[in-house]
Amino acid sequence: MSDQRFPTQDALDSLRAQIQHASENGTSLRIEGGNTKAFYGRPVAGETISTIEHRGITHYDPVELIVSVRAGTPLAELEAALASEGQMLPFEPPHYGPGATIGGTIATGLSGPRRPWSGAARDFVLGVRLLNYQGQEHRFGGEVMKNVAGYDLSRLMVGAQGTLGLITEVSLKVLPRPGACHSLRLNISLNEALSQLAKWGQKPLPLSAAAWHDGALHLRLEGGPGSVADTCRMIGGDSLDNAYWEDLREQQLPFFQQSNMPLWRLSLPANTAPLEIPGVDAESLIHDWAGCQRWLHADIDTETLRSVCAQAGGHATCFTPDRLPESAGPFTPLEPMVAKYHHRLKEQLDPQGIFNRGRLYAEF
Amino acid sequence: MNILYDERLDGRLPQRSKDEVLAELSRSIPDLTLLHREEDLRPFECDGLSAYRVLPMLVALPETLSQVEALLKQCNRLKVPVVTRGAGTGLSGGALPLEQGVLLVMSRFNRIVHIDPEARIARVQPGVRNLAISEAASHYGLYYAPDPSSQIACSIGGNVAENAGGVHCLKYGLTVHNVLAVDILTIEGEHMSIGSQALDSPGFDLLALMMGSEGMLGVITEITVKLLPKPETAKVLMASFDDVEQAGAAVGAIISAGIIPGGLEMMDNLAIRAAEDFIKAGYPVEAEAILLCELDGVEADVNDDIATVREVLENAGATEIRLAKDEAERARFWAGRKNAFPAVGRMSPDYYCMDGTIPRRELPRVLKGISDLSRHYGLRVANVFHAGDGNMHPLILFDANREGELETAEALGGKILELCVEAGGSITGEHGVGREKINQMCAQFNSLEITTFHAVKAAFDPQGLLNPGKNIPTLARCAEFGAMHVHDNQLPHPEIPRF
Ligand SMILES: Cc1cc2nc3c(=O)[nH]c(=O)nc-3n(C[C@H](O)[C@H](O)[C@H](O)COP(=O)(O)OP(=O)(O)OC[C@H]3O[C@@H](n4cnc5c(N)ncnc54)[C@H](O)[C@@H]3O)c2cc1C
Repeated sequence: MSDQRFPTQDALDSLRAQIQHASENGTSLRIEGGNTKAFYGRPVAGETISTIEHRGITHYDPVELIVSVRAGTPLAELEAALASEGQMLPFEPPHYGPGATIGGTIATGLSGPRRPWSGAARDFVLGVRLLNYQGQEHRFGGEVMKNVAGYDLSRLMVGAQGTLGLITEVSLKVLPRPGACHSLRLNISLNEALSQLAKWGQKPLPLSAAAWHDGALHLRLEGGPGSVADTCRMIGGDSLDNAYWEDLREQQLPFFQQSNMPLWRLSLPANTAPLEIPGVDAESLIHDWAGCQRWLHADIDTETLRSVCAQAGGHATCFTPDRLPESAGPFTPLEPMVAKYHHRLKEQLDPQGIFNRGRLYAEF
Repeated sequence: MNILYDERLDGRLPQRSKDEVLAELSRSIPDLTLLHREEDLRPFECDGLSAYRVLPMLVALPETLSQVEALLKQCNRLKVPVVTRGAGTGLSGGALPLEQGVLLVMSRFNRIVHIDPEARIARVQPGVRNLAISEAASHYGLYYAPDPSSQIACSIGGNVAENAGGVHCLKYGLTVHNVLAVDILTIEGEHMSIGSQALDSPGFDLLALMMGSEGMLGVITEITVKLLPKPETAKVLMASFDDVEQAGAAVGAIISAGIIPGGLEMMDNLAIRAAEDFIKAGYPVEAEAILLCELDGVEADVNDDIATVREVLENAGATEIRLAKDEAERARFWAGRKNAFPAVGRMSPDYYCMDGTIPRRELPRVLKGISDLSRHYGLRVANVFHAGDGNMHPLILFDANREGELETAEALGGKILELCVEAGGSITGEHGVGREKINQMCAQFNSLEITTFHAVKAAFDPQGLLNPGKNIPTLARCAEFGAMHVHDNQLPHPEIPRF
């Protein structure tokens, strides 16, 4: 694509050389994209390797619904290119700053308000190019919708936060933007909202976002104009500015600024009742993703919080690890058996431990 | 080209006497059903790729998880390979037994453990048939979306192991998009829960790694799937074309119009005639190609989309467009497509089903390439095609009783897959590599990538006892097969031993 708005640059050789050098000298590397998510996870020591020079859309064919993009490409640029064709990244990734790159987006694997209905970042990854611990390029998956040849290493990289290799390029499935979009605000209690969402979830409604907080359920409807209008009429409530969802996704709502206590993300099964967390009023949480993702500000013992979530079948991640005591990690500790296979995978794929050591867990 | 396990290329297998293994297993797991007589083993000698048959050493038919666990521990201790089998409908020889191995059949685990309509999930055992899940969820107005054509027979465990797709996966995704969690037993007999009922889990996405892992990394013992509300309505349009390329272009035009159909399938003339002859679906037998385009969702949107798609199809040169007038006709239109394989099977003593994927824009060129290859090898090829997502199923018609014809069919099939790879696609979209496409893996991946796959395997199964010889070729095999990509101008691994 030679569009002036979206410059391309190939820095593969220098990335490869830097990794080879690190590999030969046994140094560790800290992978950096836009560095907007440095807060997300444990601090990593090591020489910085930046993807920012390796950028640009390498292939985009709207008819195929597939885009391939170098890791250092700003997320905002990719989204603009897709928007000019009436398409989008269905998982609505958060940016957390203008510099966010697609590499960081995929490495962290985070998804926005549409996630329960459309799928997560990992669901739209079709292929990756990867530099391994020796700087050798690998290509897994590709520019086709379906591909079951070999193990799915593309998706394994999503959320691995660079601990298994450096992503140099990603191929993603994209979708057309919905024809109609309308948001609503309903003044109902948390309990009413959750039971209503469980009922609506069993019907084919054009829901694409649902968050309860501050005494109201916020809903987004997306689809054809007919179904969106019909559903609005059925549900009632007040109109809500669609920009609300971006504020929620980017943590720009007042909720996120109001407190200096640690910010927690609770990931829970569908239809989980309001949690009984000691000392916390359930109505003080944002219940996003129809209740599957909840945001909480609380100074609470990490283990207590994690055990409440585990009992409900979920887990808790701290989004402000700097506000936690030294001993507590941002991510829920792994079950011993699962941890064992994480170690083994890390040993196999990055035996020298050069990539993002300790980013997810202290042990690897 | 011999597809059966070849120790020279695929690696040495431990040699254990059958009597010894049988005695050990019967002693240590007395209540486990073990088959060992030839006539009892015979029904398990192949999966859906029936051209290849091997009698397993033993067949185990466990009924409890503790039996599976004990079996795996014993096999791990005795170093006996284990091939897991679901319903045996796989089309790539993934469940093809090994003479020196135990075939672990999971079909007795056929219970739907729990359906939670409010959370829209179902927990099921691996031997549950795909369709049984949707049937059980039906009275809640819910269903399980991935619908392989084999759904009346194939097991959900096999679906996970193959990352199976169906005619609705362009819109609703593959197995990987519809599974929340799996329980597995490792070859060491350890239990591990992967994923959860929440939408994500801490750590690596091991769930994705299990999808399509073809029984190489662990034995799947329970699956939690997502259920979806049944669409309010579904309507299907059938468009006829007198030119295959035009039909291919129409597919792109529909998607360019911003529409993601529930299903978008294409069949060529040979497939149309076979299906019509078998099912009487009402297909136009003179057409060079038909497209079936299903639009589902809320009534108002579906009606709008039908109007849009109709216009797109007219502009794309369709010679006839029919909207199924009622549910019965819609079912008939789909029955023709879903029975395309057996329909073609009636036209020819044998057929060989390919599963390549390509970027859609390459369709005209690849179809032309297939027809040239078909002429060159002198075998007919019928094309059915998950057109929306670029997954082709060329069906090669042949007669295995004619000297050399199976080999010709295999060679033609191999060429078709190489054509797909060369067009930027993949050797398998949904049927898996199994044993069948083991050589073509060397065309799709270079030696480094294959080495990395082996590294992943080693993390889970260091002794290589789970389904050896499937999914990932050895470098020795690739070197022999000769299609190995040369990387950075270095010949692949001159140092590796040829056994
Ligand atoms: C007529 C016909 C039409 C078909 N249509 C489609 C289609 O539309 N889409 C599609 O994707 N496929 C299709 N298939 C292929 C096949 O049905 C699928 O691959 C299916 O997922 C296989 O399930 P199974 O239970 O029969 O598995 P099997 O054939 O028994 O096994 C397949 C693989 O899974 C492994 N396996 C099975 N169970 C387990 C377990 N519990 N734990 C670990 N590994 C396990 C086996 O080792 C093997 O590698 C079709 C097949 C036929 C015969």
